[in-house]
Formats: sequence, structure tokens, C-alpha cells
Amino acid sequence: MPDPSLTHDAVIPRREAARSPESTPLKLHVPEPAVRPGGTPDFSNIRIPRAGQVDRPPVDVDAEAIRDLAFSVIRVLNRDGEAVGPWAGALSDSELLEGLRHMMTLRAFDARMQLAQRQGKTSFYMQHMGEEAVSCAFRKALLPGDMNFPTYRQAGLLIAGGYSLVEMACQIYSNTHDPLKGRQLPVMYSSREHGFFSISGNLATQYIQAVGWAMASAIKNDTKIAVAWIGDGATAESDFHAALVFASTYRAPVVLNIVNNQWAISTFQGIARGGSGTFAARGLGFGIPALRVDGNDYLAVHAVAKWACERARLNLGPTLIEHVTYRVGAHSTSDDPAGYRPKTESEAWPLGDPVIRLKNHLIVRGAWSEERHKQAEAEIMDTVIAAQKEAESYGTLHSPQHASARDMFEGVFSEMPPHLRRQRQEAGV
Amino acid sequence: MPRKTMIEAIRDAMDVMMSRDEDVVVFGEDIGYFGGVFRATQGLQAKYGTSRCFDTPISELGIVGIAVGMAAYGLKPCVEIQFADYMYPAYDQIVSEAARLRYRSNSQFTCPLVVRMPTGGGIFGGQTHSQSPEALFTHVCGIKTVVPSNPRDAKGLLISAIEDPDPVIFLEPKRLYNGPFDGHHDRPVTPWSKHDLGEVDDGHFAVPLGSAAIRRQGNALTILAYGTMVHVAETAAAEIGIDAEIIDLRSLLPLDLDTIETSVKKTGRCVIVHEATLTSGFGAELCALVQTRCFYHLEAPIVRVAGWDTPYPHAQEWDYFPGPARVGRALIETLEA
Repeated sequence: MPDPSLTHDAVIPRREAARSPESTPLKLHVPEPAVRPGGTPDFSNIRIPRAGQVDRPPVDVDAEAIRDLAFSVIRVLNRDGEAVGPWAGALSDSELLEGLRHMMTLRAFDARMQLAQRQGKTSFYMQHMGEEAVSCAFRKALLPGDMNFPTYRQAGLLIAGGYSLVEMACQIYSNTHDPLKGRQLPVMYSSREHGFFSISGNLATQYIQAVGWAMASAIKNDTKIAVAWIGDGATAESDFHAALVFASTYRAPVVLNIVNNQWAISTFQGIARGGSGTFAARGLGFGIPALRVDGNDYLAVHAVAKWACERARLNLGPTLIEHVTYRVGAHSTSDDPAGYRPKTESEAWPLGDPVIRLKNHLIVRGAWSEERHKQAEAEIMDTVIAAQKEAESYGTLHSPQHASARDMFEGVFSEMPPHLRRQRQEAGV
Repeated sequence: MPRKTMIEAIRDAMDVMMSRDEDVVVFGEDIGYFGGVFRATQGLQAKYGTSRCFDTPISELGIVGIAVGMAAYGLKPCVEIQFADYMYPAYDQIVSEAARLRYRSNSQFTCPLVVRMPTGGGIFGGQTHSQSPEALFTHVCGIKTVVPSNPRDAKGLLISAIEDPDPVIFLEPKRLYNGPFDGHHDRPVTPWSKHDLGEVDDGHFAVPLGSAAIRRQGNALTILAYGTMVHVAETAAAEIGIDAEIIDLRSLLPLDLDTIETSVKKTGRCVIVHEATLTSGFGAELCALVQTRCFYHLEAPIVRVAGWDTPYPHAQEWDYFPGPARVGRALIETLEA
């Protein structure tokens, strides 16, 4: 068993001088991150194995036989930008170039929408900086009809799934073309057609729903699978644990993702993780195969996603994946990370930047160059700005053109009951 | 016409719907092989198989959580929470998820599910087997709340609930499962086989959600009640000899306000009766609606008879339960006001 103290918060309290247990005053243990603002970022305690080191077991492996994968990190891209080891080799040049484009599009979209929020065009935004590979790469392991139950930081599922940037921006602006009619907070997208379940905004509630969706697919002898998403902090919710119980009991065809980006708003991941070695290890008690993957490595995320999806499709049941990554930006437009972590912490993050790592890999493969990358950045930004402009032509949150007050009363029920009809009349809309 | 207990009628409704619609699935704690602690699902697993009727882990959050996912997929889950008192872990899934899914996704995803829960007191169940949490559901936008008072309605309303495209909370007054309870706990139980409303048609029939039933026509005053209290109110009115009009609401949301308004305008007096605690109970909503709609027809203050604002006690059950004596006093007070 590897040392469970592989993360940076594991500080072992010093033993006090021997006392009888009866007279020892009890003390509350509250985990603290290694460093706070003003300190020097330190990830030296995060154990990162070399790329290519972790075995790729057959998909029908018993969970017990791969316990070590819950404590290691599956990585494909090495420091030299090469794809190495048993998890490499699944993607062609063109697939990788497409993946790079998706991540760059997500990053450009985030930059524009973050700015739009600052300009007062919407109330709120949440960006993905540093985590682009997780959702963009995972999406490419899915088939039409599969259903994601995402959190608010997986818009890469939509972008890599071909969803329109204009519709995304219209949702963020709550304008007259908002597919959700202004009823939902910005970035809480929904697109059944793109296998993207309506984001609740409540944390963890959708984890158990993904299990139910997967069970329904199995009840109907369908071939579709479900994918659940949660952050490190929200794994503390009962919904997470209920999902693991039900997924394990009914061997639901579901992939259970934990995106460990180290921070839950201002709370470091050690508060939710407690004394456990890793988040992935939570799956082991349920007999669910559990893997950790380098979430900043597009190839690794994709390979692990393929492995887990294949298990689900073959009726082998659920898989738990912990994506080890880092939230470079703020949690949302409503917080400032300088208040809770060193400003330069993201630069010290040992797994690098997912976009740069894939770019370097493509250059090593001879399929890409710095010049083409610069050119692509400009082209992608133009595409995003064009989509943003079109969306803005349909209004923004505080412009005269926004979702109508009449729409507020629609869709509470399939048919409007008499009391709502009276209230709509009273509102005069 | 065949006579059934309320449990048999509820089981029959699920049986009818499971045989008509392969998307209907039934699950909950102890409901599979064993058939449920109140026997509501007895025989359904043997008839429809384990993938359509199955036991779950003891996790109300999980039961409703997977039901939301299944409903979004396209199934029609009809799940059991063993007692309404145990639904609180599932409340977030009901309030934040089931109730809002249609709205927040602009109908891309919907949630046609039914959550059945035995409710109410009268069985010496103490704090954890006696609560009446209907107001916690009627306050939530996007779910319907139904409380039958007899086997015939229970079957017809449950069929409507399962067929409904939106989530429905189906509260089953457990004291009525085996017979109409008049509130006199010290008297022998009358079985449903001796009651007209124990006559339940075979096969498919629906009682629409949002329509009240007038159980007794009368002119002296209007009693608004639902579930067990319909029978208690009937008994109280009969014992005093008051010509009460007794309305069984059946569905709290949507509410049949027209029937209520017509009756109170006719009688000019209104007594509201429920088992649930008084403060912020559904009676408060009824009281507000009646005074707004009928103020100039009222000849007496609207009176509410409800459970006391205490946790549901054990030994003091019959001091707590609003029985015929308390209801009767309220009727006299309202008539003499």
C-alpha cells in the first residue's frame, strides 16, 4: 500500500509527553493547507509518478486487483512532450488537433465571458482555466445518446460535443434567444441533444441522478451510459455517498468523475477529503474500480475515460475516476483567490497547463508548430468574438432585450394550473 | 362492485399501471420480495420482475435521486418512502431537483415521478411514524400534492399521479389503510368492506388531480378537510347534528378553489381541519384563500382545527389528535359566532 500521506496537507501532529489517556485533554483537529497568502507555494508533497509508469489493466479487472490505481496518477505525456506507456496511443493527429482546438476555444470563450461579466452584460460567470482537458477529452470517449450530469465547470463537454457558442452565450446573457428562457443562472446550461443534463447549481445532487439514469438504461436494455461529475469539495455531500452505494449495488453503467481541482471556493481539498488518502480511494470500500488520472493531460484523461466507458458498456458496472488538476482562476466571478492562497500557486502546480502540454506534444509529433498555434489562437478568438457579437445582438441581461416576464410563469408544470394563471394575470404579463 | 381496502386499491393502481405501461417502475425500502411494510407492493415483483420492482438501500435521498434520473431518462418511477417522517433526506432531491427540472431546462428534461408516503397519525407511531408534512410540499413550486381519503379515490388518484407528466407527492393516510377512521380510537374499526367508498372498480380509471369531492351536502357551514380528517369531520358533524357541507379536498395542489368558494359563499361559515400542526399548516393557506374569495359572505371567523404545535407525541396521541370532540367544539363555536 502506497503512503497515503502523498498530499501536501498531511502534517503529522507531534506526540506530547506521555500522559495517562484519562487525563489527556482532547483537541479538535482542523486540517490546514500547507501554505496561505504570502507564503511560498509548495506542492512538494504531491507525489507525481513519471508518465507511462502505471499499468493499464483489462477492463474486466476486479476492483481489488487495482487498488494501487486509486493512489497513483495515470499519466501519458512526459516532460519532453512525448506520449508514453500503456495508456498512450489511442488518438490520431487529427483527433489531437481537434482536442487542442476545443480546449483553446473553451479558454477563449471563458476569457470573453469573464470580461462580459465585468462589463455588466451578465450577473455571473465561472471559468475553466487549467481544467480544460478534463471535460474536453472526456467528451470524446462518449457516444451519441450517452448522458452527462455535469457541474458548472464542464462546459468542454458542450464545446467538444459541437454545441453552439452562440447558444451558450445567449444562456449566459439571459437574452431573448436564451434556450432556458432566462430562468437559470449563467453557465447552468442544458442540452438534451448534446448529452448534457440540466445543471442544477446545487452541489452533488446530480451525482445520484446519473446513477438513476444509468439504471434506467439498464432496465430498458438500452446501450447508453451515464456520466456523473462532482468536485472535490462536494464529495462530502450525502448524495455522493448515496451514488456510490446505488452504483455499486445495481452495477449501474455509469462513470463517476471527481474533478479534484484542489480548491472548493476558499476551502482546500483536505477539508472534504479528511483522513482518506485520496478521493479515488473512496470507491474501494464499495468495490468500485477507482483510478486517478493526470487531469491536465488530454491523452491520459481520454484514455482513462475510454477504459471506464468501455466497462460501463460491457455491463461491468461503475468506475470512479479522480481527475487531479488545479483551478487556476477564481471559483467564480464572485471571489478573489488572493484572499485564500498564494497568488503564484498556480505557477507552482506540478502538472502544468493542459493546453501547452498538448501543444508541445503535437509539435513533437510534427503535427503542429508555434506559428500555427499563434495563428489558431487568433482564429479561435475571432470565432468566439463573432459568436459573442451575435449573441449580444439578441440582448444581454440588463439590456431592454432579455428573457420575457411572461416566460417566468411557463414551464413550472406541463400545463399551467389555475393559481399560476391568476398570478400571471395579476403580474400583467 | 368489488370492495377493497385502501392498501389493496393502491396496489391495484400500481398493478394496472405497470401492466399498461412498461416504463412504470416501483422501488423503495422492503417493497420488493417482501411487498412493503404495509404490503402495498405485495406480489408486484413476482408479477413484473426484479428490474421493475426492487428493494433499495436505506437511503431516501438515493431513492428519490435515482428516480429523478430515471424520470429524466423517460421512465415513470413510482417510489415508496416507508413513512413520510423519513422523507427529509430526500427533500433536497424533491425541492431542488424534481420540482424544478422542467422549469430550469425549459422542458428539455422532465420529471414524471410519484413519491408515495404513508402519512398521519393514529397508530401509536410516535414522532417518527405519524407526521403530516403536506405543507412542506404545497409550498414548493413544481410539484403536486395529493391526499386520498378512501380506497376508490386512492386508486383513481394514484393512476392520475402516475400518468401525470410532473412530479406528484402521494400522501397515504396510514390510519385509513384498513378502514375509515372516525376518530374514536376506543371503538372497533369499521372495515372498508362496509363502506361505500370501499367499492373500487377493476381495471383503469382516473380521478383527476385538482378536483375536490363534496362528501356531504349541507347549508349550515363548510368543513374543508382531507385524508383521515374527512371521516373525523363527518363523525363530528353527525354527532352534533349539524347540517355541514363537507369538502374532501383530495388534491391540495392543484387546489379546487371553485368548489371551496361556491360552498363557503353558500354557507357563510368555514371550519378547516387537518392533522398537521397548526402554524404555517396548509390550513393557513386555505384560510387566506377563503377570506380573500368569500370575505363579504362570511358570517363568522374562519376556524382551524389542527394538531398542536408540538412534536407528535407517543403516549399522548389521543390528546394530540384533533378528534371528533375538538372538531365538534369548533363546529358549534363557528355556528354560534
